[in-house]
Amino acid sequence: MLIKRKEDIASSEITPESLYFNRREFIRAASAFGVGLAARSIFPESLMAQDKWPKGKKGPYDTDEEVNSYKDITTYNNFYEFGTDKSDPSQNSGRFKPKPWTVKVEGEVKKPATYNLEDFIKPYKLEDRIYRMRCVEGWSLVIPWRGIPLADVIKKLEPTSKAKYVAFETIFRPDEMEGQRRPYLNWPYVEGLRMDEAMNPLTFLAVGLYGKELPNQNGAPIRLVTPWKYGFKGIKSIVKIRFVEKEPPTTWNISAPNEYGFYSNVNPDVDHPRWSQKTERRIGEFLKRKTLMFNGYAEQVASMYAGMDLKKNY
Amino acid sequence: MTRSQLIKWVYKPIVFIVCLGPLAWLSWNALNDNLSANPIDDITKETGIWTLRFLMITLTVTPLRKISGWSQLSRFRRMVGLYAFFYGCLHFTTYIYLDKFFDLDEILKDIAKRPFITIGFAAFSIMVPLAITSTDRITKWVGGKRWQILHRLVYVSAICGVIHYLWLVKADTRRPLTYGAILAVLLGYRLWDYLRPRIARARAFSRETSILDSSQKDMPTV
Repeated sequence: MLIKRKEDIASSEITPESLYFNRREFIRAASAFGVGLAARSIFPESLMAQDKWPKGKKGPYDTDEEVNSYKDITTYNNFYEFGTDKSDPSQNSGRFKPKPWTVKVEGEVKKPATYNLEDFIKPYKLEDRIYRMRCVEGWSLVIPWRGIPLADVIKKLEPTSKAKYVAFETIFRPDEMEGQRRPYLNWPYVEGLRMDEAMNPLTFLAVGLYGKELPNQNGAPIRLVTPWKYGFKGIKSIVKIRFVEKEPPTTWNISAPNEYGFYSNVNPDVDHPRWSQKTERRIGEFLKRKTLMFNGYAEQVASMYAGMDLKKNY
Repeated sequence: MTRSQLIKWVYKPIVFIVCLGPLAWLSWNALNDNLSANPIDDITKETGIWTLRFLMITLTVTPLRKISGWSQLSRFRRMVGLYAFFYGCLHFTTYIYLDKFFDLDEILKDIAKRPFITIGFAAFSIMVPLAITSTDRITKWVGGKRWQILHRLVYVSAICGVIHYLWLVKADTRRPLTYGAILAVLLGYRLWDYLRPRIARARAFSRETSILDSSQKDMPTV
């Protein structure tokens, strides 16, 4: 067989992961010190990542499927701000500076304000969530995120009764994000959720991955995770959260409205106009597996779409 | 060694081995786990892109021969053309085996339903009769003129290949459009090359007739 199965050689044996991280951490710390922006990490030093996620107690929303390696999760990315190849984000995001970071909250909300990321996160306890991630292109990963449920944040921000949707915006920094110098998407990247979707207990704001700070290529320093929707709904490097009354525009919908809808729920019965969504390739597996309705999260989310024509509201 | 022998025993084997380079590179990286986290996708894309590249190289042979005047170049045309077919076979096999796992029903549905698969399949299918009729014996049997007409189908295959690539990408169309531009130049050259002598003849003809006209005018009336 041409392709080596993952079990044959753990990638941790090929690249000593601890060395790799030490080096990365050193570079990050050194550069932060150099520019005098040594913001305190929101992660304790002791949390060292390992290539394999340890098997342990699982939370109520965690999948017990095998977690993908740190290497897979951080080298196979779609983050068009850094280029359109899967390897571009990990290769081209070195210059991106996720610190210091502010998140602006505006719109139909009682406390519009701009927060330092540390202050924005501080009130909440960080949780680990092991979620499946299904890309609209037909591949999937199992990722251990670390972060906070969006619902907790929204409750604290107190949106007004007019707030029916939440809109998100990615930072626009063409100097650091070379993909933004090309107009293949409408920059800055924008996404949105209906309020009930935003308040769903699955909806997550990730600031970490594998127990570590979120790497640049995965959407540092803060990103959205909606595991029952296609991956592109998980907007990365968020700088703006706006509560609005009307359905907000979303980047991929602007790019190709007949291919990417506002909802973009994982649905094996609604094909992408150009390819089938019935199956997916789990990274690390040889054969394709069947795609599950709502990416296997129907129990938690299906009721939100009761009575809706999901073929129309793709 | 004569020049002809040199081509047969030295240059051709070199080109043959060089053309295996992309496959060797891909196999090496696959076996050493140097591809991305999704190696099957990498294999699909690499074999596809090399099919298109070899088609472009094949279509470059004739213009290059005409421009450079090095007539021996055409002796390499069949080999690179067959390499396009070879990489096309690998690409198609990757699709039916690694993507669809020989699910014939699904494959047929895919071909019928998905325009980018349909056109990719067309690009590949067109190459099949061209590969079959590429041996000396069959070429002779088909006959030069007919063979040439048949093998012009390679233009259609290349156009289908570029469209297949274009319909596949999500947002960044720069790369397929680059291939489209290269193909446009290669086919444009052929059109120009076809029209040039005809235009020249037409011009010469109109010049002659106008000379005739004017000479008639100048003729003294008797």
